[in-house]
Amino acid sequence: MFRFIVRRLLQLIPTLFGLSLLLFIWLHRLPGGPETAILGERGTPELRAQIRKSMGLDQPLWVQYGRFMRRLLTGDLGNSINTKRPVTDEFLERFPGTIELTLTALLIAIGVGIPLGYLAARRRGSWLDQAAVGGALLGICIPVFFLAYLLKQYFAVQLGWFPATGRQDVTMAATRVTGFFVLDGLLTREWDAAADALRHLILPGLALASIPLAAIVRMTRASVLEVLGEDYVRTAEAKGLTESVVRRRHVLRNAMLPVATTIGLLTGGLLSGAVLTETVFAFTGIGQFIAEAIDRRDYPVLQGFIMLIAVVYVLVNLAVDISYTLIDPRVRVR
Amino acid sequence: MRAPRLKAVFAVAAVAALGIAGCAQSERDSGTQGKKDTLVFGVAGDAKVLDPALASDGESFRVARQVLETLVRPEEGGAKLVPGLAESYTPDSTGLVWTFTLRKNVKFHDGTDFNGAAVCENFNRWYNFTGLMQSPDVSAYWQDIFGGFAKNENADLPPSLFKSCTAKDESTVDIGITRVTSKFPAALALPAFSISSPKALKDYNADKVGGTADNITYPEYATAHPTGTGPYKFVKWDTANKTITLERNENYYGDKAKIKTLIFKTISDLNARKQALRAGEIQGYDLVAPADVPVLKGEGFSVLTRPAFNILYLAINQSGNPALAKPQVRQAIAHAINRDAIVKSKYPEGSTVAVNFHPPSLEGHNDGVTKYDYNPTKAKELLTQAGAANLTLRFHYPTEVTRPYMPAPKDIHELIKADLEAVGIKVTPIALKWSPDYLNATTVGKNHDLHLLGWTGDYADAYNFIGTFFDRPKDEWGYNNAELFAQFKAADSEPDAAKRAELYKALNAKLLDFLPGVPIAHGPPSIVFAKDVTGVKPSPLTDERYSTAEYK
Repeated sequence: MFRFIVRRLLQLIPTLFGLSLLLFIWLHRLPGGPETAILGERGTPELRAQIRKSMGLDQPLWVQYGRFMRRLLTGDLGNSINTKRPVTDEFLERFPGTIELTLTALLIAIGVGIPLGYLAARRRGSWLDQAAVGGALLGICIPVFFLAYLLKQYFAVQLGWFPATGRQDVTMAATRVTGFFVLDGLLTREWDAAADALRHLILPGLALASIPLAAIVRMTRASVLEVLGEDYVRTAEAKGLTESVVRRRHVLRNAMLPVATTIGLLTGGLLSGAVLTETVFAFTGIGQFIAEAIDRRDYPVLQGFIMLIAVVYVLVNLAVDISYTLIDPRVRVR
Repeated sequence: MRAPRLKAVFAVAAVAALGIAGCAQSERDSGTQGKKDTLVFGVAGDAKVLDPALASDGESFRVARQVLETLVRPEEGGAKLVPGLAESYTPDSTGLVWTFTLRKNVKFHDGTDFNGAAVCENFNRWYNFTGLMQSPDVSAYWQDIFGGFAKNENADLPPSLFKSCTAKDESTVDIGITRVTSKFPAALALPAFSISSPKALKDYNADKVGGTADNITYPEYATAHPTGTGPYKFVKWDTANKTITLERNENYYGDKAKIKTLIFKTISDLNARKQALRAGEIQGYDLVAPADVPVLKGEGFSVLTRPAFNILYLAINQSGNPALAKPQVRQAIAHAINRDAIVKSKYPEGSTVAVNFHPPSLEGHNDGVTKYDYNPTKAKELLTQAGAANLTLRFHYPTEVTRPYMPAPKDIHELIKADLEAVGIKVTPIALKWSPDYLNATTVGKNHDLHLLGWTGDYADAYNFIGTFFDRPKDEWGYNNAELFAQFKAADSEPDAAKRAELYKALNAKLLDFLPGVPIAHGPPSIVFAKDVTGVKPSPLTDERYSTAEYK
């Protein structure tokens, strides 16, 4: 197991190197540079040239890449062209919001999706099954930003049950420890701050959960239906095991393998969905920051972000592979 | 085996959490304040930097305008220049030395005195910027207005307009400039020339911009300690929650802010800002979509319309399609466009068709210029005369953006396109994302024929509009007209304001004869406040003073 993890982590190095090179060339080949974004309507050819020169963007691409790699090797992602703050600091500040949001969405999707998918399979053809399948279809069809808008309009603006924007009430002077607002509230025993941060997570979490929830319901249902038809389930039932034991040991466990894979893949998708959700809810996460960085051609931020996402993807998939061994003892990583 | 392993993991996690909890302590103030003591205002973007000398974006300036003050400023609700920290300002006979008489008994937020020495320390600071501070990305407005520095480190930088600052006594300073220009003293109203506390500048290393040219970091003053004389004091910038909090300056020399705490909260999505207002999370926001104005008014919100201080024009690139270098073709385009219809159908109430390339409120506006009425027949005739009956033009327009002068780019583009097609011009629409794609495509190189662009004025002088557009060769227009450029130079260096206005009038007449583009419209942008908030006067220069806001 240890060797497997080390090997997978080592595979990251050539992946990241190749990605960084491709990305660097691609980003710098895009029309318009940060100087155009900085100057806006007031841009003149002379001013643009001055800014390009002052930022070293007039130098050959390989010189710029060399500089980027030298910094990267010392663990420095550089500074944002837009905010002038270290990219690492920007990420550390914004990632917790996105992670909180993504985790909330995942918890909702898994917590509701697996039981619902299981029940739909066990009661195949019932109204519950039909509602679950229909709901899942709806969840996949409705665009995240539209659902987000509807949820907000109804539950925040009209009913006032939940906040409409942000991560925490702006008048709440909460203490920050980790950048995860809910966790910070718990750690500092500022219960109202934790509760407020949690309330801010509900609507965006629900909106973001819609697609993975639908996928998990459908995948769990299909997988459980398949397992229910297996001989070993019939054998288990025939030998007189209680329904809960059959369900836990034989059905759910075996049905979870494809669901785990789906969850792993969905996590990456959640990050892109978070960009839209964050925009609608003005939720301070990495998504909004990246959208702005694209508009402003903030090269260091974009390079850093894509590298980071690559690392997250590899780690999530590694975690999924490891989870296989927990779900199914026959699977052994080598 | 597995269950105990799981239990062990939970146990370790619990111990770790308790450990961290032991370290973490609440740093919170025990007191909470009522909602009526706080105004939360929604803004479209984050401020970039809190030292206005290093800023060039509207959101940084919005914060600066509440915390710091300038020697002169626009009148409340208008663009006319009036005294600010200086009670009066007069030029000598040459127009090269301006004497500013300063307000007395004014203190910075750190308790130090505002006086002549403080003013000169600020001017000398800007003039003596070195190294990375001379990057056009860092000191944009100084370079835009004053050109270069005491020691230019880049050969491309022009000589400085600033010559000297002499504090004659506590409340009198002489500021010397190297040539007469329309920019001085009008441009001193820009927040970039706000006066900071010299002590704070020193204490928080305001000039220590760090890093390398491609990797700049701002100093502590610029990120956490802006210290001025304004009605609000800076409290904190919560970048994780995207808010900037200001608090009433209890020692302000003028009328004190009516609401104790002012919070700017970034909500970049327009609809999200609107919903936050309706939900009562914010008590106002800027950049209201024109279509939302009647809706919000109908719901009882206080929608304030700023006097239009902008222009939308249709730019014509004379180096693009060769036919566009012919005056008749440009005139035909102008006659083909029904500008009244555009303003009536796509602009908010209070908008006007543009006659010159700057708003009518500025000195030098000329109503007697050549006018190009909507006349498709004449347009066709002109095209035939020019031998351009089968003209095909590329027409760029931006997507995913609205500007105060351009509320609906795609709709405006479609109306103009239909007008041009009606006179026989074939149009190839090119839609690009505003930043940087669109700006790059229309202002760099020759691969563009027609495009929509505009400008919101920085300060009250016509040169800030027409000079910015036309006083030198630019890829955007693709012409090189030495005579026109010389005329601009003469107008800019005229010390007498009345004579300068006459020169601007002549320039406006010339521009509308030469017709480098077609002025389209002036659109008044709107700002909205909650139903129970009153007291803010909308400013054409977005110089709203939140200190006058109060709850009914």
